[in-house]
Amino acid sequence: MPDAAVEGRGRFAGQVAVVTGASRGIGLATARRLAAGGANVVLASMASEDGLKAEAAALESRHGVRCLAVAVDVAEPDQVKALFRAVFQTFRRLDILVNNAGILGDALIGMIDDATIERTLRVNLHGGLHVLQQGARLMQRGSGGAIVTVSSIIGTRGNAGQLVYAASKAGLIGATLSAAKELGPKGIRVNAVAPGVIETDMIAHLDDATRAERLQGIAMGRLGTADEVARVIAFLVSDEAAYVSGQVLGVDGAMVI
Amino acid sequence: MVERAQVEKVFREVFQLPDDVDVPSLAYRQRPEWDSVGHMQLIAALETEFDVMLETDEVIDMSSFDKAVEILERHLVHA
Repeated sequence: MPDAAVEGRGRFAGQVAVVTGASRGIGLATARRLAAGGANVVLASMASEDGLKAEAAALESRHGVRCLAVAVDVAEPDQVKALFRAVFQTFRRLDILVNNAGILGDALIGMIDDATIERTLRVNLHGGLHVLQQGARLMQRGSGGAIVTVSSIIGTRGNAGQLVYAASKAGLIGATLSAAKELGPKGIRVNAVAPGVIETDMIAHLDDATRAERLQGIAMGRLGTADEVARVIAFLVSDEAAYVSGQVLGVDGAMVI
Repeated sequence: MVERAQVEKVFREVFQLPDDVDVPSLAYRQRPEWDSVGHMQLIAALETEFDVMLETDEVIDMSSFDKAVEILERHLVHA
């Protein structure tokens, strides 16, 4: 597989990107791929700011771009505003937004506590809306841009045991389609990706039997990697997808649920 | 101190207003150009002109030319 540091170098040169949930998994892989393409990247995450700063410094050193690490809980509107104020103060512009931050909240119907519903919706759905709104406002001040929201195959197909997570990810698809219509006249494209089962920390808790069961439903017979999703996101925010907006692109190895 | 003439220039450019329109007396939705879509274009243009980033509450509160001046003044004083 081509190295993120080599492939697509310069395709995002001079652009400014914000990636939420950038400390690991799909978010981290996307931040690395965008930086490798020459974008100045703002890494936003709830994770330790020290770890984020170290990653930002490594990307700067490796790719000669400018990176910023911002600790943010996207469920908190004031923190999201502060994130975009920091972007404005540092870069004065925004070209690419990857709306990725999310958590899992699995439980069977009848066993879902209020706190799980509240927290999952606040992070995945409310957070995604806060980020989209604030990011789009900054983006509108330029000549256009591209937004990708990370939904899930669970949001398009549903899954037993994932009632709340599915609702949150389906909500993001509705938001993506609406934003594409509203922001299209301003030259801003908005798309979503719907990953299948991706080898990240989010599925580390699955036991072997569940893992095997999930694999059975994937035509390609293997889990996806975070970088395979990041490559699709990079495509969607690039000029190669200049006429693609309001789409939900599956990245799932032909998975059936 | 915000120059009212500078704010007026932005209003005129965004809404492409003819010279005979009294911009300082304008209020939201008073003219067809200043609808919700035009409002967001106005916000983006004002933010760019004055190099500020407005709060969502301020975007919603900006219901007239005078209110726009007041909100911008608040930002520039605290800058």
